[in-house]
Amino acid sequence: MSDALSKLLATRDWLMADGATGTTLFNMGLQSGDAPEFWNVDEIAKITALYKGAVDAGSDIFLTNTFGGNASRLKLHDAQNRVRELNRAGAEIGREVADKAGRPVIVAGSVGPTGDIMAPMGTLTHELAVEMFHEQAEGLKEGGADVLWVETISAPEEFKAAAEAFRLADMPWCGTMSFDTAGRSMMGVTSAELANMVEKIPNGPLAYGANCGVGSSDLLRTVLGFSGQGHARPIIAKGNAGIPKYHEGHIHYDGTPELMADYACMARDSGATIIGGCCGTTPEHLSAMREALETRPRGEKPTLDEIAAKLGGFSSESDGTDNKGPSARGRTGRRR
Amino acid sequence: MSDDDDLILSDLNDDELVDQMKDDLYDGMKEEIEEAVRILLERNWTPYDILTKSLVAGMQIVGDDFRDGILFVPEVLLAANAMKGGMAILKPLLVETGAPKMGKMVIGTVKGDIHDIGKNLVAMMMEGAGFEIVDLGINNPAEDYIGALQSEDAQILGMSALLTTTMPYMKVVIDQLTEMGKRDDYIVLVGGAPLNAEFGKAIGADAYCDDAAIAVQTAKELMARKHNVAG
Repeated sequence: MSDALSKLLATRDWLMADGATGTTLFNMGLQSGDAPEFWNVDEIAKITALYKGAVDAGSDIFLTNTFGGNASRLKLHDAQNRVRELNRAGAEIGREVADKAGRPVIVAGSVGPTGDIMAPMGTLTHELAVEMFHEQAEGLKEGGADVLWVETISAPEEFKAAAEAFRLADMPWCGTMSFDTAGRSMMGVTSAELANMVEKIPNGPLAYGANCGVGSSDLLRTVLGFSGQGHARPIIAKGNAGIPKYHEGHIHYDGTPELMADYACMARDSGATIIGGCCGTTPEHLSAMREALETRPRGEKPTLDEIAAKLGGFSSESDGTDNKGPSARGRTGRRR
Repeated sequence: MSDDDDLILSDLNDDELVDQMKDDLYDGMKEEIEEAVRILLERNWTPYDILTKSLVAGMQIVGDDFRDGILFVPEVLLAANAMKGGMAILKPLLVETGAPKMGKMVIGTVKGDIHDIGKNLVAMMMEGAGFEIVDLGINNPAEDYIGALQSEDAQILGMSALLTTTMPYMKVVIDQLTEMGKRDDYIVLVGGAPLNAEFGKAIGADAYCDDAAIAVQTAKELMARKHNVAG
């Protein structure tokens, strides 16, 4: 256990991750449709400010601006040959910010989905997915990332392909899926299924969990689904700051810092060790979360009713882990 | 499962066969769907009846269960693939027989957005419901959408975005249509994971569609309303 995140996890019983990258950059002037990763080279001051915003607000871990930095996504901007460069640059800026923090801060190299559907349903083969993730992983490693961090994944096959790529890059990693469809991932994966799946991955993640999705209530239900499986592996909770609203040309998330502070403590009570935000989570939210995590005592695991009462209702009645979901329709044909 | 192979589709009467097709669509069994379509054609069903009574009716069930969180994307993709197998046989025949048309939709993800899974689902479900689809793929600037609406003589525009950084571009397209004085010529539907009804309203779309099944339902309703106004 020589990596920086394992060391930090050994000394603390909770860590705070960062907030939003995309929505924050948008507020800094990123234009709709542009690749945020270009700013790792073209707007170094702004990316420094993005990372520093999280660190100054108390984050122990922040994710690099490399979410869309795989060949499949950069191809859209005709930059598929800049994968290594843009990922290295994004991690290098992070390394510098972390090293100046005056306390241990983890640089997590963000790896987002390819945007393709994997075979046999889609066109992306396992080999190609591994190759793309590996290329990105090597760039992040060169730039000085402490850990790789795959996020917003919906397909189990893609999650596993990333894990294999990170093994090839010989890097520790974390991984989160996005549970946005009736409490499951878009591809139908339940929280319990992910918890059990990561235990079977040979080079398992240092921590796993959920990011983005619907609101903070749904995210906590997902965390309860993870912790209910009883594995010892640390759990990550990175929920959105409420629901997106459109305001005079900008996207604004309606979750207040107070709500995110409540969410952070309830996430910890639900069994999460690494707690952060996702879309719409600003340094102001993070400061409130940090303060709450430091000053409020731990409590009992919240019930679903307590979560709904404090943070709002759920997007669906069931998340597929309680056997209370809608059941498949009856068959009318002869084939059984 | 063991006696799957024992079922002879041509031994079923029409009602049984149509029920079986709904199951087979649900299970994504492409070859069985193709075979059943051919059987119904041999029994002198019109291509339009086969489309609406078996394929569209079957995809409706798939869509409902997707909406209700019973089926998820992988199952829907398989079902749509099976439906496409049947459609490939029917399409030329539908044109020949001059079957009634539901409407034509131009669809694509907006500029900067490559996430086309949702868009593809909507296209498949719309096709499954009998609409004609002009799929512009990913990363579409406003002029591509508007050009296709005009050249294809379509009635519906469908825009999809998955990212908070690309969602606002939908408004750019709608604003451009408005400037050209053509906004009211089209039904504009928007969709994508981070969106909601309020957003759809704020940018001036006709509707925000939560998922592919709702997109189909909304398109049907708005087309019916359009016809009523026109007629």
